[in-house]
Amino acid sequence: MSELPLRRLVGRLLAVVVVMFCFGVFVLPPFYDAMCQAFGINGKTAGAYQGEQRPDESRLVRVQFLATNAAGMVWEFRPVADELLVRPGEPRDMLFVAHNPSDRPMTAQAIPSVAPAKAAAYFHKTECFCFTQQVLQPGERIEMPVRFIVDRDLPKDVKHLTLAYTLFDITARKPPVAQATP
Amino acid sequence: MSAVIDHGHAGHDHHGPAKGLMRWVLTTNHKDIGTMYLWFSFAMFLLGGSMAMVIRAELFQPGLQIVQPEFFNQMTTMHGLIMVFGAVMPAFVGLANWMIPLMIGAPDMALPRMNNFSFWLLPAAFTLLVSTLFMEGGGPNFGWTFYAPLSTTYAPESVTFFIFAIHLMGISSIMGAINVIATILNLRAPGMTLMKMPLFAWTWLITAFLLIAVMPVLAGCVTMMLMDVHFGTSFFNAAGGGDPVLFQHVFWFFGHPEVYIMILPAFGAISSIIPAFSRKPLFGYTSMVYATASIAFLSFIVWAHHMFTVGIPITGELFFMYATMLIAVPTGVKVFNWVTTMWRGSLTFEAPMLFAVAFVILFTIGGFSGLMLAIAPADFQYHDTYFVVAHFHYVLVPGAIFGIFASAYYWLPKWTGHMYDETLARLHFWMSFIGMNLAFFPMHFLGLAGMPRRIPDYNLQFADFNMVSSIGAFTFGVTQLLFLFIVIKCIRGGKPAPAKPWDGADGLEWTVPSPAPYHTFSTPPEVK
Repeated sequence: MSELPLRRLVGRLLAVVVVMFCFGVFVLPPFYDAMCQAFGINGKTAGAYQGEQRPDESRLVRVQFLATNAAGMVWEFRPVADELLVRPGEPRDMLFVAHNPSDRPMTAQAIPSVAPAKAAAYFHKTECFCFTQQVLQPGERIEMPVRFIVDRDLPKDVKHLTLAYTLFDITARKPPVAQATP
Repeated sequence: MSAVIDHGHAGHDHHGPAKGLMRWVLTTNHKDIGTMYLWFSFAMFLLGGSMAMVIRAELFQPGLQIVQPEFFNQMTTMHGLIMVFGAVMPAFVGLANWMIPLMIGAPDMALPRMNNFSFWLLPAAFTLLVSTLFMEGGGPNFGWTFYAPLSTTYAPESVTFFIFAIHLMGISSIMGAINVIATILNLRAPGMTLMKMPLFAWTWLITAFLLIAVMPVLAGCVTMMLMDVHFGTSFFNAAGGGDPVLFQHVFWFFGHPEVYIMILPAFGAISSIIPAFSRKPLFGYTSMVYATASIAFLSFIVWAHHMFTVGIPITGELFFMYATMLIAVPTGVKVFNWVTTMWRGSLTFEAPMLFAVAFVILFTIGGFSGLMLAIAPADFQYHDTYFVVAHFHYVLVPGAIFGIFASAYYWLPKWTGHMYDETLARLHFWMSFIGMNLAFFPMHFLGLAGMPRRIPDYNLQFADFNMVSSIGAFTFGVTQLLFLFIVIKCIRGGKPAPAKPWDGADGLEWTVPSPAPYHTFSTPPEVK
């Protein structure tokens, strides 16, 4: 029977332990992100639009907009319209309104999600306030644009899409730069 | 076989245990460490059990009567954590420490000092964990699965202590597992080939590989939590570009093999006990080994069945559903082999056998409810209801816990040198059996009717079944004090046990006298 010396055996087992730790921390999260990108899992939207920018006149898709505040977020946050009827392949714009009612400058980050999940991979944002963080001074109100294209390859049975944003208060993590003149 | 074993004072280095407290602190003897593991596990079993009593007392009637919802959440969380990491896992490590060297003819574990360290990490880890209950803001209240962001963004301040406690438990388990692998691979007596080992050694070898594969992933998971809580990373924080669902994937990548870590050693022990009391060799030894290995392999590719409702593509749901159902095949092989071992055997029903037979029947019930949960479309109805609670208590209580009781009664004569009180032990069995079924069977109906888990209050329609369930739980809980009494009585005295108290038993452990001398197999036995 080929037995490893104890020291080498334990060394190999410890190596397995280290490899599995790194697998959990350094492999699983990027792999999960890659899977989400590939399959549109969890409403993560697709990247740049590659298809032709010609509207598909044969069908209309209803795109609904949702704006939600994460727990502890005090901003007023809403879309200017509840829904749009769009043709796949046609770039469209939407505005979201944000208002900081508090008495301190705050930073916010919006996280988008598209439902149903199988449609997420066919939803492309070419411009979005979620690409950056928003800093609002006390009482300040802004309109934030999002420009999107629904893919012409969107499955025919999807007639209804929801673009939902959740707004998180990240003031603690990214303090707004103090303004020189109040 | 026994003729070649010399238990006299032949070796010049033969000595007994040191005296006093330091014997236990400094010991590197596998029997001492096994004993400490078993006592520690029993203490944690009582602690986790008393938390279950709080839960069942609150759920005795609808409405909030005894505890506040915040404390209730801490009780469900701590009950789960303590039972999984404090009671079941250390009990099996204790059994491994005691029995594996005796079963394979080794003088001790391969790494005795590490063995001591891996045990003594546990009291430290659980002191840390339990101390959080007394901290401002309370202890962990996010469920034993500690899903982010409940355990990160919305966690009580004490979560850092929880994270370090999990780290310590993980290190302890990993060291224990390395020790078991090294012992089994390097210290077997001459002639003890792998396929001659008792199944307990086999299932523990496979369990140990599962442990070193997934405990580091759990450590990585809580490390990422720690980074998110204190160092501004966003692994699980949607606001920073992370994803809370990633937490569930990482957790269950650990968590599903973990449930087999808690049951495979019991499979091994039962595979020794049923042949002993059937007076027949185990049916299908080789298939048992391969079935165990198959279960271990499959456990790595089924984790997402715990999270069917998070929004997985339909192909993913189908894959995880079929892969999960596939586990029923090797498990079915095992149940078939146990039943066939009993078939036409000369059965007697001493306490170990009672627990073993109950194990086979009740674990199978838990397996069937697991199959129901594996059906992805049906799981949307069962998810997070009491049906899930019923399912995993049916596999863990009559599975893991009854397996441990069966092992304890089976090997107590070897450990103590005395026979335990058979009448009391049978009473312990029947009270446990009735109490356990009364506690957990109604939970199936509650879950199917839609009662959610982890909620301190419930709709009036669930009142009767909850009361029955609580009565059963109290019965089961009190009965375990009887077990403590039986064990203490057995240690203090009783009919002297012969080297082999069970006439149908087989294995090297029965070739040494009872109680097993402090040092055994200093000269390796010869295995035919």
